Amino acid sequence: MPYASGVDVGSTQTKAIVVDEAGGIVGRSLIDTGANVVRAAEKAFAQAIGDAGLEDYEIGFVIGTGYGRYKVEFGDAQVTEIVCHARGAAAMFPDTQTVLDMGGQDTKAIRLKPGGDVIDFCMNDKCAAGTGRFLQSAAAALGLELEALGPTALEGQRPVSISTTCTVFAESEVLSWLARGKRIEDILLGVHRSIGSRSFGLLRRVGIENEVTFSGGVTKNEAMVEVMAEMLDTTLNVSEESHFMGALGAALFALERLPHGDAGRRREVTSASAEAGPTVAAQEGGAS
Amino acid sequence: MSCTVGIDIGSTYTKTAILDEGGEVLGRAMRPTGFKLEQAAQGTFEEALAASGRGREEVEYVCTTGFGRHLVSFRDLQVTDLTAQAWGTRAFYPETRTVLDVGGQTMKAMRMDGDGKVRSFRLNDKCAAGTGAFLEKTARYLGYRIEEIGPLVESSKEIVPISGVCAVFAESEVINHLSQGAAPGDIMHGAMESLIEKSVRLMKRVQMEPEFTLVGGIMRFPTMVRVMREHLSEGVNVPEGELVQFTGAIGAAVLARRRLEKLQAA
Repeated sequence: MPYASGVDVGSTQTKAIVVDEAGGIVGRSLIDTGANVVRAAEKAFAQAIGDAGLEDYEIGFVIGTGYGRYKVEFGDAQVTEIVCHARGAAAMFPDTQTVLDMGGQDTKAIRLKPGGDVIDFCMNDKCAAGTGRFLQSAAAALGLELEALGPTALEGQRPVSISTTCTVFAESEVLSWLARGKRIEDILLGVHRSIGSRSFGLLRRVGIENEVTFSGGVTKNEAMVEVMAEMLDTTLNVSEESHFMGALGAALFALERLPHGDAGRRREVTSASAEAGPTVAAQEGGAS
Repeated sequence: MSCTVGIDIGSTYTKTAILDEGGEVLGRAMRPTGFKLEQAAQGTFEEALAASGRGREEVEYVCTTGFGRHLVSFRDLQVTDLTAQAWGTRAFYPETRTVLDVGGQTMKAMRMDGDGKVRSFRLNDKCAAGTGAFLEKTARYLGYRIEEIGPLVESSKEIVPISGVCAVFAESEVINHLSQGAAPGDIMHGAMESLIEKSVRLMKRVQMEPEFTLVGGIMRFPTMVRVMREHLSEGVNVPEGELVQFTGAIGAAVLARRRLEKLQAA
């Protein structure tokens, strides 16, 4: 079968990508992970193949990645998100040697060889500071929608300096700046810079090599992209698909492992296809 | 009659204590610090003064401490939290060698010698997971108010382990436990246990020795004190009732008196 798929089950959002034989993206989907991780993986996959106008049996191989990769129960294999992000970034921007991935609950810096092989990586998943969660907290403290953060911060002119590290304390620091009469725009620009400098520290630990590719959900935030671009002396690649970098990497790995000349299998991803797809057939298909 | 005033502007609460010449506490007051530190200081000062039955003209010296100590314009002197706690805890328990202070946004441990000189200290004010804010956040994730933390933990029958790595990431941990049917009290108990582990670790890092005096707002919780006593086994002092939050302010007022005496002697 000429199609393969990658499903990236993140802590906050689940992304799925379908690629054709040439590695081109033909379908994608993005949903909130929520509490039911298995269901989120199924739903994202079903939506992505729907987006591609395909049926589940046309997908020859599926790889799960992200923290919930083992919950992609209909998948054929799992690959860690570090490797997938590197692969996806190298596919999108072939000169990538460093990846910064900022997700909802963690931030990763990855060094790679041209082509996508990982040399080193470093991640922060123990502390919410410097991750997308920091932005969520700031948005909550200021009563703003997450989407409004970037545009608002870009209006900032004199950023305040956020001195606390911890997200919990930063929340009260944000409120204390408000109480002291600072503009929301300047406070938010300060918040973005604070996250930026923590990410920069993470990048420095793996070594910053040109070009740097920015991935993950936080790439949707224009101010974060601008702050990172200012801090880095190098080219910073961001694309519309940056959010899908891990899923794309997984899909490309899946492509390499497509069973040759064999039919795909039905996957139990929706109630409809579950009825149509007997498990026995699925196992035969997957084993070939 | 002359009196001295100690004002402790903490990250969460501001406390004021008024002492007479003999070091007796005449009046005290406490309120949330909020964002207007000077107002909190002024407010508690007036309230404590009213409680003491003394007049403004009898106040001879005002000493501030706590993170907002520099922001009180009517102060005569400011001292660090450590100095204030050293004097405050020794005013109650002269044999104190190690002090643990767990507040809303800080955790501090210090060891003193027999003369009350601070020999070693460690503090955490960088990460909420090691402070009272961790309990507050956990309570919020569980849908309870801060005042309900004490009774909630008392209702616990077993501990649900909470990793306590990050107060923000604890949210998903708490939700997971709740969805698996854990009792809110047991989860809260787990969060407190995690804070206790961190406290003991910090105390070890200052090479703690008895007697131990435990202070700060978090010591209002009976479970916190009971389990700390189990960990430390002997020589544990805890000031009674609200006083557990006032040792810093009292220490500051004691230091105000000492400075005053020095000035008068000169």
